[in-house]
Amino acid sequence: MGSQGLFPFFLCIQSLPLSETGINVDNLQELLQQAKDELAAIATLKDLENFRVKYLGKKGLVTEQLKQLGALPPEQRKAAGQEINQIKRLLQEAIGARREALAEAALQARFEDERVDVSLPGRVVAPGGVHPITRTMNRISDIFAQLGFQVVTGPEIEDDHHNFEALNFPAHHPARTMHDTFYLPDGHLLRTHTSPVQIRAMKERKPPIRIIAPGRVYRSDSDQTHTPMFNQVEGLVVGKDITFASLKGVLEQFVSTFFEKDLRLRLRPSYFPFTEPSAEVDVEWQQPDGRQGWLEVLGCGMVHPNVLRAGGIDPEKYTGFAFGLGVERFAMLRYGVDDLRKFFENDAEFLRQFS
Amino acid sequence: MRVNEKWLREWVNPPLKTEELAEQLTLAGLEVDGIHPAAGEFSQVVVGEIVNCEKHPDADKLQVCQVNVGSDQPLQIVCGAPNARTGLKAPVALVGAVLPGGFKIKKSRLRGVDSHGMLCSAVELGLSDDHSGLLELPADAPVGQDLREYLELDDAIIEVDLTPNRADCFSVRGIAQEVAALNNAPLTAPDCQAVPAASQEKVPVTVSAAEDCPRYLSRVIQGIDASVTTPVWMNEKLRRCGMRSIHPVVDVTNYVMLELGQPLHAFDKQQLRGGIQVRRARQGENITLLDGKEVALDESYLLICDAERPLAIAGVMGGADSGVTENTTDIILESAWFKPATIMGKSRKLGIHTESAHRFERGVDPQLQHAAMQRATALLLEITGGTAGPVNEVAAQELLPQPVTIHLPAERISRVLGIDLPAEKVRSVLESLGMTVTEISGGWKVTPPSYRMDIRITEDLTEEIARLVGYDQLPSANLSGELAIEPVSEAVLKENRIRQALVDRAYLEAINYSFVPEKLLHTCQQPGPFVELANPLNEDMAVMRSVLFPSLLVNLGNNLRRQHPDVRLFEMGTVFATEKGSNSPYEEQQRLAAVRCGLRDAESWAFDKQPMDFFDMKGDLEAILALGGRAFRFQPVAHDWLHPGRAAGVWIDGQEAGWLGQVHPQVAKKLGIKKDVYAFEIHLPAVRKRTVPQYEPISKYPAVRRDLAVVVDQAVSFDAVREVVESVSQGLLKQLILFDVYTGPGVESGCKSLAIGLILQEKTRTLADKEVDKVVAEIVSSLEDKFQAQIRGSQ
Repeated sequence: MGSQGLFPFFLCIQSLPLSETGINVDNLQELLQQAKDELAAIATLKDLENFRVKYLGKKGLVTEQLKQLGALPPEQRKAAGQEINQIKRLLQEAIGARREALAEAALQARFEDERVDVSLPGRVVAPGGVHPITRTMNRISDIFAQLGFQVVTGPEIEDDHHNFEALNFPAHHPARTMHDTFYLPDGHLLRTHTSPVQIRAMKERKPPIRIIAPGRVYRSDSDQTHTPMFNQVEGLVVGKDITFASLKGVLEQFVSTFFEKDLRLRLRPSYFPFTEPSAEVDVEWQQPDGRQGWLEVLGCGMVHPNVLRAGGIDPEKYTGFAFGLGVERFAMLRYGVDDLRKFFENDAEFLRQFS
Repeated sequence: MRVNEKWLREWVNPPLKTEELAEQLTLAGLEVDGIHPAAGEFSQVVVGEIVNCEKHPDADKLQVCQVNVGSDQPLQIVCGAPNARTGLKAPVALVGAVLPGGFKIKKSRLRGVDSHGMLCSAVELGLSDDHSGLLELPADAPVGQDLREYLELDDAIIEVDLTPNRADCFSVRGIAQEVAALNNAPLTAPDCQAVPAASQEKVPVTVSAAEDCPRYLSRVIQGIDASVTTPVWMNEKLRRCGMRSIHPVVDVTNYVMLELGQPLHAFDKQQLRGGIQVRRARQGENITLLDGKEVALDESYLLICDAERPLAIAGVMGGADSGVTENTTDIILESAWFKPATIMGKSRKLGIHTESAHRFERGVDPQLQHAAMQRATALLLEITGGTAGPVNEVAAQELLPQPVTIHLPAERISRVLGIDLPAEKVRSVLESLGMTVTEISGGWKVTPPSYRMDIRITEDLTEEIARLVGYDQLPSANLSGELAIEPVSEAVLKENRIRQALVDRAYLEAINYSFVPEKLLHTCQQPGPFVELANPLNEDMAVMRSVLFPSLLVNLGNNLRRQHPDVRLFEMGTVFATEKGSNSPYEEQQRLAAVRCGLRDAESWAFDKQPMDFFDMKGDLEAILALGGRAFRFQPVAHDWLHPGRAAGVWIDGQEAGWLGQVHPQVAKKLGIKKDVYAFEIHLPAVRKRTVPQYEPISKYPAVRRDLAVVVDQAVSFDAVREVVESVSQGLLKQLILFDVYTGPGVESGCKSLAIGLILQEKTRTLADKEVDKVVAEIVSSLEDKFQAQIRGSQ
């Protein structure tokens, strides 16, 4: 940046008319040249102020020239006055421009000074994470909430009546042996499924009933594919037009919504004492070897009339369906977890993957 | 239940491939668990006869056999099997044969002697796991015949996982009936014609427990030859269905059981003292079972006895004394119907699983005993010879399950299945399952066959119809019905909101088993009694947790060992306590617990590397408590599991709701944790209580701030100071900010300086300086009075 850039107005000052007074045009020219040179060298606001005082202050050099005007003959006075005022104005403008330029430069310098490395990590609290089982349960509840399913819960320590008897498992029934039950010394037990919540819900509510009951269940079984505690979500619908067709429809819609895929679903006849007809539901899934296979994901059926009766509902008036799904199984399929036991080890590196 | 395909196809032979048949069974509710070949894959194995057997000159355990395989010259084969002997017929893998696993048979030299092939055991051919010696073939096995052909080994074993209701399918007959119904195919049953008595020999039978045993059939067969070997066809079927050949008589009883589903038993008649009695056991009676196990009996057991002693636990297992042996000549065959409830649970109680008990407890066809007796007699006479006496039946007909007639209204099918089926379809489906169907107005009357004891009510029939039509053929529909809006309480915070708050503070959610080692609760200084399991899986899962935090501490320790130094974990879940006097003897409570250790902030250029402390943990808890908008306060408490100087109880709305503190360093140490760990545990319903906001007008007038430095004794709590300030501020105090707590130079030792900012505001007008001065002066003098506080820098 040269002075030309900053002071283009100097180029506009054309040769001044000659004068025969004490005010010498050459002097004026010299003064202007001197001011021009000085201004170009000024780098601070303070110097700029001193410069202003020196030329335009009460005793400034330009002001002094104005004071001498009175000594000129009247016919020259006007022209000389104009010339000096012109120089004064030019200098005032130049000082203003210079002030702005200096302020701008100072601001730029400050910015340069305050520049940060934007790639440095922020002062963040990195989020933790909800457990994948919770995440899965939430997803399941959210989907069923669309159809008006209410979430209910029940106790984990149950009595024989709610866990078996009312669900149409008579004493010594072979179906009981399929539930490896944990007992307490007084005959109470850890619920082996979430189905007891069906009985409680039916007693507390009147049809139409649409509930899901998520929760922990317990079976005395532990190996690669079984943990002694796992999570189920029970579903129960009781009403006037509830058929096996609605059960099929709801489950098909649920599974494809949950996995966000149109999966083939297969209902196989099975046996649960508390439903009839009963079915196990398989989804078509790619196995590790790449072949398509069927994978069991839930059990379901039409609520057995004995169970409706045990819940205080007239089976001649109402029908219902129920289903129970293993949350871990859904979580494993959804998130690709290959070892059931990982869910209960609470390894931070595992849990953090579900934040 | 295992059944081999060839046997099944003798009964019913639909035009389906093995896999198709299996798929069909699965989709009809008889889930096929697996299909296995009846033998391993092998070729060039033939029937051979050892014609000469000599000791190997250079090896003690080897023999040099000359084996006739039907060629001109016998083959010389070196063999190490202990049962290799002259005259034995056994499988021979010829040179060039390939055995299961791709094992190729080559000509070889064993310790200097040439060997041209291999004599094989059952395990080497993938037939069974019997590796005791060579597979012994019957004496009439045709030398040189291909073994696969001879044993008809190109067969599949189908494994069916039966549901408890399908007792009728515990036999080839049962599965065949199902296949016939599914395919509308004809069923060919074996001949069960009566075998006429050739003698009048019988033993007297008294049934004193007719309820338990409404039908007991016995038949004497004399003069059997127990030295015969079971024919290879029977042997192979038994093997493929998972049973071993034991004794020709036992083999026949097992065979008939597999074939028809009726368990039979044979007693050695000579061991019998007096007639047979069927009765309940007497307290103090004992029996030694066939497997050598001695069992103390009680009145719940049904026994088959003679005049002196128990001979068998009915339907479960025979006794050691009365079973057939190689010396047996006369037998008593038993074919009975025992009530399922009588047999149920007995084998579990005894820890012995028998095929017989399994069938009886699920229910044998009550009309099958005669047919099974005749079938067994015919087979026995054919195999072991002998003279059969008459069938001696003791029965109480009225105590046997009676046939039921079930009303099936047509509308019920559509009401349950959501489909209208033509009447003809319904009838043909039910008839194909052996049911008798009579049309009545608006529906049918249906009588199921005697073997379908699971069919008792209308719903059983709708299920059968659904099953036979095929679940995949049934329609699916949108859920319809009435929907009402349910109450939604705003005064309860959602659990997920609390979870989210903790997750946003870098916590990971854990889920632990509800059962814990009792030792862990003791380590964590928890007082019992705990809820104990009667049958825990192991000691580490023996009691139900009474608190959440011990498992979280274990998790934290594990994570530290896995090199995660800064751990924050929380769990929501149930804790259990015994509670006497209420409806249930147990109390379940929902809790929230968290544990934390390590740095205050993640290690970063941006933060000071400071270890976390009590107030970090308190901040986490306060963030949760603030969600509900309820009043809460903290007070020092003494809990054995907490650092005595860093332990606080939490009160919400004046109710104690939980605690917060540093885990006692000795507790942490016992769990292998060297770092300072902080924890809290709180009653979840108390945290979830939430205030529904009520708007208060916002003051338009300016607030005034005054700062005070209050120097008080260390023992004076900030809460106490705050309470005084609040009580004397005449409702003008809008906010109190504790902006510094200082001890050190300039403050008397044993004291602390609390720097407090008071923000005062009046709702209806601007506060005058004089008023403010007056309130502040009152605060100051109250603090001086109460705590001998020195107030500095009032402004």
